[in-house]
Amino acid sequence: MSETAPTSLPWVAAAPHIASKRSCRGIMLWVVVALLPTTGWAVWNMGSVAAWLLATCIGSAMGTEWLWNRIARRPQTLGDGSALVTGLLLALTLPPRTPLWMAVAGGIVAIALAKMLFGGLGWNLFNPALVGRAFISISWIGVLAGVRPFPGGWYNALDVPGTGDLDAITGATRLAIAAADRAADGAYGVDLTHYYAPLFFRNLEGSLGEVSAALLLFGGALLIVKGIIDWRIPVGYVGTVAVLSWAFGSDPVFNVLAGGLLLGAFFMATDYVTSPMTPLGRLLFGCGCGLFNVVGRFYGPMPESTTFAILFMNGLVPLIDRWLSPRTYGWGRGDA
Amino acid sequence: MSPRRFRGGIHPPDHKEKTRGGSSARIGVPERIVLPMVQHLGTPCVPAVEAGDVVERGQVVGRAEAMVSAPIHSPVAGTVIAVTETLTATGARVPAVEIAPEAEQDWDRFVPLEDAEVVHTVRAAGIVGLGGAAFPSAVKLTPPQDMPVSTVILNGCECEPYLTCDHRTMLERPGRVVAGGRIIAEAVGASRTVIGIEANKFDAVDTMRSAAGGSAEVCVLPAHYPQGAEKQLIRSVLGIEVPHGKLPAATGALVHNVSTAAAIADAVEDRRPLMERVMTVTGHVARPGNYLVPIGTLVSDVLAAAGGTVGEVARVIVGGPMTGMPLAGLDVPVVKATGGIVVFAQGEVAPAVLGDQPCIRCARCVAACPMWLEPYVIGIHANRRDWDATERYHAIDCIECGCCSYVCPTSRPLVQLIRRAKHMLMERGSKL
Repeated sequence: MSETAPTSLPWVAAAPHIASKRSCRGIMLWVVVALLPTTGWAVWNMGSVAAWLLATCIGSAMGTEWLWNRIARRPQTLGDGSALVTGLLLALTLPPRTPLWMAVAGGIVAIALAKMLFGGLGWNLFNPALVGRAFISISWIGVLAGVRPFPGGWYNALDVPGTGDLDAITGATRLAIAAADRAADGAYGVDLTHYYAPLFFRNLEGSLGEVSAALLLFGGALLIVKGIIDWRIPVGYVGTVAVLSWAFGSDPVFNVLAGGLLLGAFFMATDYVTSPMTPLGRLLFGCGCGLFNVVGRFYGPMPESTTFAILFMNGLVPLIDRWLSPRTYGWGRGDA
Repeated sequence: MSPRRFRGGIHPPDHKEKTRGGSSARIGVPERIVLPMVQHLGTPCVPAVEAGDVVERGQVVGRAEAMVSAPIHSPVAGTVIAVTETLTATGARVPAVEIAPEAEQDWDRFVPLEDAEVVHTVRAAGIVGLGGAAFPSAVKLTPPQDMPVSTVILNGCECEPYLTCDHRTMLERPGRVVAGGRIIAEAVGASRTVIGIEANKFDAVDTMRSAAGGSAEVCVLPAHYPQGAEKQLIRSVLGIEVPHGKLPAATGALVHNVSTAAAIADAVEDRRPLMERVMTVTGHVARPGNYLVPIGTLVSDVLAAAGGTVGEVARVIVGGPMTGMPLAGLDVPVVKATGGIVVFAQGEVAPAVLGDQPCIRCARCVAACPMWLEPYVIGIHANRRDWDATERYHAIDCIECGCCSYVCPTSRPLVQLIRRAKHMLMERGSKL
């Protein structure tokens, strides 16, 4: 035996002996990086209220996960980065003046109800951040859309950072104005092309994530180029929305840029856990999101239908995966 | 011809640059040779010598007494020390013949094979698939009557990272590879011979093209693991799939590794039995390269011939990093199918202790599986020991290439779980 050779080898394990460098945490960090321009631009323009909302959502999401694991006596899982992404995404779906206690509630529901109750990362059926947003939007109707359904409602008296009066600061979103217009006389009273530039570069009406379509597109493109997300979901989603809104006689560009659509298409619908496993399945999933998004916008009770379109399609993912299970090599289409 | 790329697979860094340049050198005479009686798929050999016997180079020391078996020849002139047992790289303890070689060897001399027709010669030469499968080659030269072979595919893909022994064989002995292909094609009555080479070996493509002349086509394939797996190679070259449960011959194709073809030519043209082979010794060794090594040399002696290991060693494997066997100790012999020895340092190897990380449904394993399985589902069912479910998802079709485990961002032991499922399914009678 050679002098230099070790006599026993401590690390014996089955093949393969090499692995790709891409880890779960690395993937989650890329998502965060892709969202940084949007997040930064939102804070720059909206000020400390946006920063507080971000901190609250992230803190609530991560704190809930930590506490859940602590109580359940399980190993901590914050290191996988998914709770951070959930908190960040939740904040980006909320308007800057959302009362912080609502954001806390959203974070708790997102993590505890939508994720940990299902078994933690990988087992949840619905996108946690969207469940959090859906919880807020149906529990305190109108707060997110900026519409005041109950004049003089009890939450008008709530203390909100930066102002004491919610009524004064929740301006209706552009989408809501357009929808209200359309509902009134069947046609848009405003020229939607005036909205293109603000929606694309700097839009302060709506949620944090709606601050700039350009930055969302940049982040989404980054994730596609880096191989983090599959282009089929956002392309299927956005393409369907554009085509269908044109077919419905509306402005396709406005409909793509407005609301949470781009945030949803690039960062929510592409969530690994809650989207299909095959390329065709993902395309179908994206198109389905687009379909229900447009239908919701034009015929649903509230114009911000992205949340529910994606959540509905999340529910169909197990079926899509079953229908589109790939054919095994060597098995003809007729074989069992 | 334009090959169709098979769907699935991965692109690991190939790390072949360290060893593909230099020509393969014969290592010095080792102090002892240990010849396991199981170096092939099939029935073990029976020792044909006793302790104290003097053996010639090329003399049979392990007799093949079954159809699916391959005799074992002494690669050296020497004296039998013992008929004993040895550990092999797989961890199995098997009967073995241990030989003390004479200090001076005449490598040009050997006991020639008796004159016989091709299939018998290949069987007598003890040739097995040198790409790693170790299936007795003579058996593959006698395909079933109802499955005529029309195309012989010589596999020069060498898609495993690190390994370059087939590459060197094509560069150094192209004539023998082509001759072997011709012998195989004549034996099975095939009209067409294709040499499949990955696009990262253009020098080999050129060399093989000029050596083959018009007798064989060279098909350049995308460098893409597992391009050299039999089913994926057939799919790439011929555009057809091997039906589930059938032999590759059902497609009219017969695949042999290029080094196997060269060994077949050696046997038929020189009456030379399989006694030694070229293997890649690389990773953290002082002199990485390809070496001509007598079969039965201990891994420790091969590493010493390459200058010894360098630095802190984390794992030593025989074969390539995707499918090779990890060694628990270095005093095991190399065998006919050993294409390489790779020495890994800490940080280069996948973690040995895999935690129970969740599947995040990223679908990378589904995209990477060259058999178009859904490894994530099979993994989840195998974890629950729901073998019926693993069967429904065709676990049995897995070729164990390791792509799924390679790509998994949460390091789930997917191919390991599927292997377990396959084992359980075969134990209860499922057919491959």
